[in-house]
Amino acid sequence: MPGMDLVLFEEDYSNINEILATLVRETNSKFALLVDRSGQLVSSQGDTENMDSLSFASLSAGNYAATSELAKILGQEEFSVLFHQGTSESIHLSIVAKRVILVVVFDNKTTLGLVRLRVKKAVEELSGIFNRIFQKVAERGAEAYSPLGDTFTSVAESEIDNLFKD
Amino acid sequence: MSLINYSSREINCKIVYYGCGLCGKTTNLLYIHEKLPHDIKGKMVSLATDTDRTLFFDFLPLELGTVNGFKTRFHLYTVPGQVHYDASRKLILKGVDGIVFVVDSQRNRFDENIESFENMIKNLQLQGYQLENIPYIFQYNKRDLPNCSPVEQLEAALNKEQVPCFESIATTGIGVFDSLRAISKLVIAHLSRQTAR
Repeated sequence: MPGMDLVLFEEDYSNINEILATLVRETNSKFALLVDRSGQLVSSQGDTENMDSLSFASLSAGNYAATSELAKILGQEEFSVLFHQGTSESIHLSIVAKRVILVVVFDNKTTLGLVRLRVKKAVEELSGIFNRIFQKVAERGAEAYSPLGDTFTSVAESEIDNLFKD
Repeated sequence: MSLINYSSREINCKIVYYGCGLCGKTTNLLYIHEKLPHDIKGKMVSLATDTDRTLFFDFLPLELGTVNGFKTRFHLYTVPGQVHYDASRKLILKGVDGIVFVVDSQRNRFDENIESFENMIKNLQLQGYQLENIPYIFQYNKRDLPNCSPVEQLEAALNKEQVPCFESIATTGIGVFDSLRAISKLVIAHLSRQTAR
């Protein structure tokens, strides 16, 4: 659904993080990210401490978007998996529920075969969760989860005035 | 569209700077990046050609801090303005929450601004969006140049919905933060309305 916000709640978020953590552990990967197709970082697990996760998320989404367009030009619906091989580190990207990108970064402590195998399982589990989230948002509309309102708006506006200036 | 995470209490919004080639989109981001302190801004990423023309996009994350318990971020993007990068340009609009349409005020770029605005409407539609549902503003840039069209003329040609507009000289920063504040507030207001609906 094109115009729909992605809204995550406690239970879904903790399930998502658990799946990512298991994936990183079972594949011995460095880290795994979940990125919305618009470039927003949804979640990350593994060793991301010395890494610019926000830039990584934005570039992953750009990368995926460009490749999807290449697929369309070739008459394919989508390339569901992308793989970038480096000399020591590699990136594996796959699409979840048509909306979220699962990015796994790994080095020579593991193998592409194992990563592929475990990613496939993780994608299935994550797809179930995200499809439920999208259905929930579509059915309930936004009113069921509204924490934002006048106070949020006025505090945000005053922060915008304070911070976004020369 | 926005990402609202109630568990990690984060809100992320995407603002796109759109406009024809060489109108000053990247210059806006560079100025914002140069002026904001390190605790607010993240690293700026530019996917540009060897001649510094935007090839895919520029990206600059800004953090507003914690607002009512929610860590609130704005992610600023530019599109490549050159006509032949249309395929990449439309991809950047995916998930957009607000748009700053940057206008090159020079007379000889008048038609290109209109073409770019029409191109934006078309590309939004291709992503499933309607312009009237997305907060946007105009920034009339390069007001220091001698051959500028009058603002009234640009307004008449572009700003049919009478959305906010700002005059700017992005190279010296005039109007840059006025535009950023305005679009940020519109995006927040839009988001609050959506979630309160």
